[in-house]
Amino acid sequence: MDISTIVAGLLTMAILSFLYRDNPVYKMAESLLIGVSIGYTLVIVWTTTIVDLMILPLFAEGKLGLIIPLILGLLMFSRFHPKTASLSKLPIAVMIGSGAGVAIPVMLEARTLKQISATVNPLVSASGTPDIAALVVLIGVLCTLSYFYFSREHTGLFGQTAKFGTWFLMLFFGTTFGYTVMSRMSTLIGRMEFLLSDFLHLVD
Amino acid sequence: MDRRLALIACFVFGLLMFAQYFSRHPLARSVNLAILEYWQIIFAFTLLVGVASFFRNSLSAMRNRGERPYRMVGLAGLIAMPVLAIIWGIRADTPFMWMFENVQAPMQSTVFALLAFFVASASYRGFRARSLQAAILLGAAAIILLSRSQLGGAFSDVVTPVADWIRNYPSMSARRAILIGIGLGSLTTSLRVILGIERTWLGGKQ
Repeated sequence: MDISTIVAGLLTMAILSFLYRDNPVYKMAESLLIGVSIGYTLVIVWTTTIVDLMILPLFAEGKLGLIIPLILGLLMFSRFHPKTASLSKLPIAVMIGSGAGVAIPVMLEARTLKQISATVNPLVSASGTPDIAALVVLIGVLCTLSYFYFSREHTGLFGQTAKFGTWFLMLFFGTTFGYTVMSRMSTLIGRMEFLLSDFLHLVD
Repeated sequence: MDRRLALIACFVFGLLMFAQYFSRHPLARSVNLAILEYWQIIFAFTLLVGVASFFRNSLSAMRNRGERPYRMVGLAGLIAMPVLAIIWGIRADTPFMWMFENVQAPMQSTVFALLAFFVASASYRGFRARSLQAAILLGAAAIILLSRSQLGGAFSDVVTPVADWIRNYPSMSARRAILIGIGLGSLTTSLRVILGIERTWLGGKQ
């Protein structure tokens, strides 16, 4: 057995030991995971963003405009001192403002308009047969939206519509739950397969 | 720094990014790309601030004798990765990638898998068909689980089409309504941020 399998197997068992109870072996593995994950992200972000997008174009290609994000980025470190902490609001403002500016058309197009256009379909086909699926989707969207409309009290017909909307919501939560469980289960099966086959050699 | 300067910067950059959507002019496109690049670089610096903060917190927590070994292991992992990357690089078959493949990835996927147990035990305790809504949720989850597992294989001819229909139509309609809500909510929040009505991101008193 190679060292890679031994290390991966021992660390997998250390994490699984949490099923018994919170213990020092698990806590040690958890701390290692946090540290290594941050270290990995740091290296990847440093290489792909700081070096590739800023240092190389600025110092090798002479793109002086990149001094602006460099200064704004360095201002973020002002947070560590109470007297200079307010300076970090400038780079945050740039990020929040530009992010919000990008979000308006994107959200309007991808989240709202596309969803509405996909919902509004012909309810009767050319041959005259009703399209049940399109009707279910239309009713489902309208009822669910009415549940989230809080400017009017949920009573009477509107209340019944909103209540019907919760049935669709429950179906959505149920399917989402089912798929989440299945994805976790498939990962668990993968880990168990590795442990029992590659690491412990208990099964072929 | 004056809060007004931050609000002005937020307004200017927000308007700039919003306005470029209405223009196909190359200048608008280049400004858009430049700001997006700036955004990524500043975001990378915020990550560096986060790492520095983690370092500082870990060092101060190490004063507590019980916490010390865990914090030391965490910091060792954090320091090891950049050191390995500096010495051997980050290409395939380097110690850096070995750490990722044999330390980080197995533990990460095991933590992910661990949640299967907690989801199962929580649903065993919490899933009770006490109302019609709860029964619908339970039924939908059961049908999806049956359709995607070996257990459902025996009657997959019936369960799978029902599961697919639930997913594609009634479930999709609720998802669509939620997405429309998210879209409208994000739109109004973005507008409030750009116009300076929403100021919680500035912190402190409003």
